[in-house]
Parts: sequence; C-alpha cells; structure tokens
Amino acid sequence: MKWEPVIGIEVHVELDTDSKMFCGCRVSFGDPPNTHVCPVCLALPGSLPVPNRKAIQEIIRLGLALNCRINPDSVFHRKNYYYADLPKNYQISQFDVPVCVDGWLDVESDETRFRVGIERVHMEEDTGKSVHVGEGGRIHSAAETLVDFNRAGTPLVEIVSRPDLKSAADARTYAQELRAVVVETGVSDARMERGSIRFDANVSIRPEGSPRLGVKVEIKNMNSFRSLEKAIRSEIGRQTALVTAGERVVMETRHWDEEAEVTHGMRTKEGSSDYRYFTEPDLAPMAFDSSWVEEARSLLPELPALRRDRYRGMGVRPAAARVLASSDPRLRSLFEEAVESGADPVAAGNWVTGEVTASLRRREASVGELPLRGDQIAALTRMVSEGRVSAGAAREVLEGVMDGEGSPSEVATRRNLLQLSDRTALEEVVEEVMAANPEAVERYRSGEGKVRGYLMGQVMRATSGRADPRAVNEILSARL
Amino acid sequence: MPSQPLSITSAGAALRSGETTSVELLAAVMSRAEMTESELHCYLNLDREGAMSAARRADRELDRGEDRGPLHGIPVAVKDNMCTRGLETTCSSKILAGYRPPYDATAVARLREAGAVIVGKTNLDEFAMGSSTENSAYGPTRNPWDTGRVPGGSSGGSAAAVAAGSAIAALGSDTGGSIRQPASLCGVVGLKPTYGLVSRYGLVAFASSLDQIGPLTRTVRDAALLLSAVAGHDPADATSYAGQTPDFAGSLDRGVDGLRLGVVKELGGEGYQPEVSEATEMMLEKLAARGAEVTEVSLPLFDVALSAYYLIAPAECSANLARFDGMRYGLSVKGSTASDTMSDTRAEGFGPEVIRRILLGTYALSAGYFDAFYGQAQKVRSLLLDEFSEAYEKVDVLVSPTSPTTAFRLGERTQDPLAMYMSDICTIPSNLSGHPAISVPIGLDSEGLPIGFQVMAPALGERLMMAVAAEVERLAGFDALPPPALAPPPGVPL
Ligand SMILES: [Zn+2]
Repeated sequence: MKWEPVIGIEVHVELDTDSKMFCGCRVSFGDPPNTHVCPVCLALPGSLPVPNRKAIQEIIRLGLALNCRINPDSVFHRKNYYYADLPKNYQISQFDVPVCVDGWLDVESDETRFRVGIERVHMEEDTGKSVHVGEGGRIHSAAETLVDFNRAGTPLVEIVSRPDLKSAADARTYAQELRAVVVETGVSDARMERGSIRFDANVSIRPEGSPRLGVKVEIKNMNSFRSLEKAIRSEIGRQTALVTAGERVVMETRHWDEEAEVTHGMRTKEGSSDYRYFTEPDLAPMAFDSSWVEEARSLLPELPALRRDRYRGMGVRPAAARVLASSDPRLRSLFEEAVESGADPVAAGNWVTGEVTASLRRREASVGELPLRGDQIAALTRMVSEGRVSAGAAREVLEGVMDGEGSPSEVATRRNLLQLSDRTALEEVVEEVMAANPEAVERYRSGEGKVRGYLMGQVMRATSGRADPRAVNEILSARL
Repeated sequence: MPSQPLSITSAGAALRSGETTSVELLAAVMSRAEMTESELHCYLNLDREGAMSAARRADRELDRGEDRGPLHGIPVAVKDNMCTRGLETTCSSKILAGYRPPYDATAVARLREAGAVIVGKTNLDEFAMGSSTENSAYGPTRNPWDTGRVPGGSSGGSAAAVAAGSAIAALGSDTGGSIRQPASLCGVVGLKPTYGLVSRYGLVAFASSLDQIGPLTRTVRDAALLLSAVAGHDPADATSYAGQTPDFAGSLDRGVDGLRLGVVKELGGEGYQPEVSEATEMMLEKLAARGAEVTEVSLPLFDVALSAYYLIAPAECSANLARFDGMRYGLSVKGSTASDTMSDTRAEGFGPEVIRRILLGTYALSAGYFDAFYGQAQKVRSLLLDEFSEAYEKVDVLVSPTSPTTAFRLGERTQDPLAMYMSDICTIPSNLSGHPAISVPIGLDSEGLPIGFQVMAPALGERLMMAVAAEVERLAGFDALPPPALAPPPGVPL
C-alpha cells in the first residue's frame, strides 16, 4: 500500500509591541533575567490582566493579511496546565471564538503553486523561559532549573493551518511564505533564531487517496526552515516504517533532535491533555467595529503574493519575482528604483536577486548597509546590453561600485574593463598573434580545426580578456 | 467624648470639632482590640506602627486644614485577602504565611488616599471559602454576641471587629454572601456593590466573576461613605465599571413612600428560623405603613442558584488558586522535581475546604463533564439574570432575610458542607447576577442574636437600595437594643 502524508503547521509569532500582552512591562530580548517583570506577569496574588490594545490591532492586521474573517465578538479563555515557567499555571489564550478564522494563503515554489487554508489566528501570551544550570545544561543533566520571566506575558499569536500540506517541502515553502507575510505586515521581526517565530508541525499518514485522517503526531523544536523540512521528512519516514511493519502510530508530541536528525517522543501523557478551557472572567469579550476592521484592511501593505504577480507582469522571471517579492524591502526598492531609472526589469530582477545579494553575503554586510542605488543598477544593465562590458566584467564593475569607486562607467574605465570592439584595433591584435604563431596558423589551415581555439585564447590574453569575442571570431574567420 | 458606639459619621464629627484626634480614635480601637482579641480573634495582624503613623499624619493634615473627606483619620480594618504593601497578607492560608505584597490593592490605596487609618488585617475563611470563618488556617473568629457562635463568613473577622468596636468600619469581600451573611450574624450593616463598581485589583481572587469588595459598617450612611471612598473606575481591572459612580449617600433620607418592594417568595418558609421569618414579616409591615407597596415576587431559579454557584465558583477558583505552587512566593515544600514541589506545596498549604472546592471545580471543567456541569451552570446564570430583569419591571427592589438563621454554634456545620453552603442561600443570587445587595440588622432573636434584612437592587441601583436600607435601619431602631456582650458598653469613652 502507498501512504501519503497529511501535514498541518502551527506557528507562534511574538508580536513586536512595546509592552506585554496584559501588563505594562517592556517586551525585551537578551536582557538580564527577571528585569522586566511586575505583579501581573509574575502572577502575584490579586493582580489582574488588562489587554494590550496595540496587540489586538496587530493580530487583526495579520488576520486580514491571511484573508481571515474577523470575529466581531472574540473571547479570551483560560488554558489550564501546570508548568514552572507558566506563572499563573494557566495561559490566557483563546478557544472557540478566536479573533481571526477561515483564511488562506497562496504559496508557490519552483515546482508548485497551492493554497493553504488558515483555520484560525488567535491571541495568547508567552510563557517564561526555563534555564537549566549546572552539569550539561540540558534538561536531564541539569542540577537546577531557573526561570526567567522576562518573556512571560509577551503577546503571542498562534496561526493554525488546515491539514492541507502534502510534503515536507511544501510545509517548508508554506512556512517561508507565512514568515514573509508576518514580516510584511510589520507585526513581528519573526526571527527564528530568537524564537520570535516558532513552527510546530502536525504530521499523520494515510493510505493514498483515503479521505480519512490518520493519527497525528505533533513535532516541535525545529529552529530553521531546513530543520522543519527535515523533521517532517523524518517523521513521515518513521510513521511509514511503523505502519508498514504492522504497528500503530500513537498520538503524541515528539521533539526534533537537530544533531541526530530524528524525533524523540516527549513525556508521554495518558490520553490527550485536558486543558479545561473556560472563559477568562477577568477580561470582557472584545468587540470589533466592522468599519474599524475595514479601515485596517485598507491600510494593509502590499503582500508578497500580490507583489509577485505585479513583478511578473513587469516581465521579471518567475523565480526571481518570487525571491524578490519576499525579500527585504530595501532590496525591493533597489529593484524598483532601477526599473524607474530605465533598467530592463528582467535584468534588474536578476541582478538584485543574484549578484547583489551574493555580494552582500560575501561582504557579510546587511541590507541596511547596501552601498548601491537603483540608477547605478540601471546604468550597469545598460552597459551590458550595449556590449560595453562583458557579463563577467560587469560583476567586477558591481564590486567596484559597491566599494565606492564611483559610477559603473567610471569603475569600468578605471579598472580597464570596457570591452574592445573597435575593429581596426582588434585586427591589429589578430595580425600580431598570427605573426607570432605561424605554426598554429599552418596547422589550422591544414585542417586541424581545434587550433582555432588556441588562437582565440591568445587574442583574449593579449587584450586581458576585454576583446569582444564575437568580433574576434569574425576577424579570425576572415584571416584564416 | 461620645458615649454611643462610634460610626464614621460620629467619629468624623468629633474629629472636626476637635473633641478627639485620629490618634485617640486609634488608641480607643486598639484598646478594644486588646480587650477582645484573645476571645474573638477578629484580626490576623494588627498593624500598630503603620496605623499609628497614619493616624499622626491624619492629625497633622487636619491641623493644617487639609481634610481628605469623611474617612479622614478613621480607623478601618481590611479583610486579609486584600493586598497591603509590605504588610503580611495571608488569606488565612498557610500557603501564604509570611507573604508581604509589594503593592496595595486599589481599594486599599483608595482608603489611604481618603485618609483612613488601616488598623490591621482581619480573619476570614481560607481564601474566602466558607460561611463561618472556621476555615481559617489561623483559628476561627468568634461572634461578639455569643462567643460560642460563629460570626458568619467569610468576612467574619471584619464583621466581628465592627460589632465589637475594634474597628469603626471594615472592608470585606463578597463572592456568595461573604459580606452580608456575617454582617447579618454580627448585627452590622454589610453591602455588596454592583459587580465592577469597586476594583478587584489586589483582591486575591476566589471566583473572579463573582468577587466584589464592599463595606461592613455600623450604619447605612457609613456604608455609603466607605463605598464612595473605594468605588470608581480602575484601569488596572478590565472588569471595572467605567461610568460615573453615583452619590451613594445622596438619598438616604428619601424614605420608601411609593416604592415597590418585592418579597422573594423562594427565600423563606421551610428551613428558615421562625424568628427570622417573623422579624422580616414585621419589618415589611412597618415599611408598608411608611408608604411602600409590598408585593410577593416569585423567582423560581433562586432554588437552583445555589447549585449553579457551587459549580461556577469552584471552577474559577480551581484556576485562580493554581498560581500558589511554591515557585515564586509563599510556602514552598521542596520536592525532587518542580512538579513534586508544586503538588507537595499545595497538599500542605491548602486546607480541606479549599482542596474540596479546587477538586470540585477541576472536575466541573473537565472534558466530558463541562457541558453537564459548568456549561449548564452558566446557562442557569444567564436565565437567572433574565428572571431578575423581569422582576425589576414589577418592583423597584427585592427584599428577603439575609440568612435563614441567626448565628450557629462553632463546629455545628463543619462536618456537613451542604448545611454550611445553605447559609448563603439568600445571598448567592445577587452574586450570580452581579447586582448590589445590602444587609441591615433589624432585631434580635430570643437568644439575643442579631437578625439581618436584605435589600437587593438592579445593577447600579445602590442609591435606591440604600434609601430603603436607611428606612429599614430607622424603623428597626437596632442601635437602641442592648449591645453585644463583647462590644463597648454605652458610656465608655472611645
Ligand atoms: Zn509585567
């Protein structure tokens, strides 16, 4: 029997608000432990939560960007479970009436295009962080566990997809697209390495074509898109091996081990966990005015999917358009300025997503430090299309411009990169080369065709590679 | 020196006429406490130093002509489930032994702002769960009228302190009757305001959707004054009422002429002490004689309100009390894992009634039982609200006894939780509806124990409710009756 995977992704995004979800403490990262805490986020007796208006506005923006319906009356619930880094031993979250429901996201990769359903986007608060100290620093070998509550109460948005994903690669593509939308709306910096965006996957398998869903396993602890893809692939493999061997998949949560590249079962709970959700009595239901929601919708920025289509409409190659549409806004404006300054969109798109990005990476520079203007890209593409520099030399011109040596034509001149296409000058060089290599000329004429390449090389060498190869070829044909 | 037991009003007058000072008032209250505490145990903690410096400051301000209003310089007691900055706050639980909050509850902060002198923290049933103050981890409080009897609960310490004169007024909290029932059993006035009128910030939560802070005082006027000092919008409590607070003392002299009083049919009859029913009957006749239109109103859901309450309140408490886990504050019984520390701390720190309610609430919220228990209880709650609304189309206020019986003996109901829960049968509906209600003493039974009369009103109906309560107070003439054995005898200078 053939088995097919069914995958859903749960994403947690920490919002980039100034203050926490239910108190006035600053949202911080990397500060000394327990320096941004108060009676509310430490759950001291008698303290009460007050919702952060800004966070609610942000989740609505995000929900609209994900094509969700905004529930006009949304309710907070308490999710009850005991854990040392959860100060109240319940998390204020949402249950049956989340802020946003029933959305979708269009996703595409080189191979496929597909739509992923968004079941819900809800508001909750983050937990503190357990820090294991002593011995190995791992949970099992730690002598002691300390808790840092700086993160406790940070506004957290959970985005739950429908189980619409059919492969590990698709899951990764969806995750990347979703992150791009989050970044675009500006609600979070969405940095995986800081944990400000976190991906969990629900994986199950079923006989190919079956309408029924298999037993799902939740996998956690993936800290890059690559590990998300690997973890899902590994889990699909594990489940397939199990059922093929006649065993059953158990409903559980598994931890991805990045080094061993396998998932491990976590503490096994008897039955499914019961969070005993009930309406949060400390908070009134939220009521959203429809005109206010419409205004928020009208203020949304252009999202990656639409931008992708717009770039393609300009003629940019599909792959470059996809990369560009989700790239850093400063790279995008470099591209758009280049086009405005007259660059061919195809060439400009290739330059920005290709050589410019590669050069930044080589320089270990951030996009913010980009020493390049759109009109310079436009000038460069023009020099290439007019044959004034070769494709190879153009890369060097770009480096020179980025090193601050001046405009593309100044750099090309100073670095002696302009192409030699002057016929008389080239004829002279060919004459000299033929005179210096009479033997080779003889061999060619007696039918040894491959010697022509040698002569060509000698010409390029004599011109330090600047000779226009097409012109040299023509002269050689005439002379030989 | 006044010879009658002091009220906020009379003490305030004496202060402003120069007859007495805040320091003298405090000294009188403290000396009452010294005389009675060994027997009554109203207080868990008397803040002698803090109170003295507050009283001195109040006197200095008055000398300079700075008058903060009716509460200025008045010794007030605070139930020990409200946070007081730097002053031990235990909720009568071992789990919070020695806990000193870093902040004042909003109600406490407003008391200080109003110039009140906080005498100390009063005893209660652990985490306000109980009706007799016998569930305190630090020993029960006794009733000043008969020390063999309970003061009611859970605000038993506050009620007994006001009755005994070891505080001029006190704050309590009321989740199912915890202000009104002890007020009734101790012969003082107790008022539960409309839900949201007084901020819950800093009140250690029992059942968040029901809890409300309110005054325990000698007179209805005092209740209005104390309520005025602590009520009003608080941005730190998202359920706090955002509108203007009414002038509570504004219509105390209005009388009841032309008002429609609805006698709740379900709150009386079988199970009610005959003397309580008779006293209520008599008061209704007197009110009618003053021009009130008295009719009987039936609210059938009152019969199931108690059951709904004993699902909703424990459910909320099971989550509210989850934070007491030995991790950050209070008692911590160290186990080999975090999980062991949590369960060992809770097993040792909580008393049996608290554990009973946490278990009940956890069960009521569990998957598979939610709809049958918690969900059903919430439905009853919303239907009850409809029933109230219908009743208030026919009458202006509803009236009933506050408690089916007068004070019962210590130990009498401790082995029978259901009998104990029945003590709150008359008071619980107003918590479920979020409406205000007040208890006023109207007489003594044959054993010399106080009987309370309850007036209930629609949301934010405090003014009208207090107008009726003030008339009840005048008609009862309770202050002319012999005082409790352990209260200040007349003529003793305070
Ligand atoms: Zn905080």
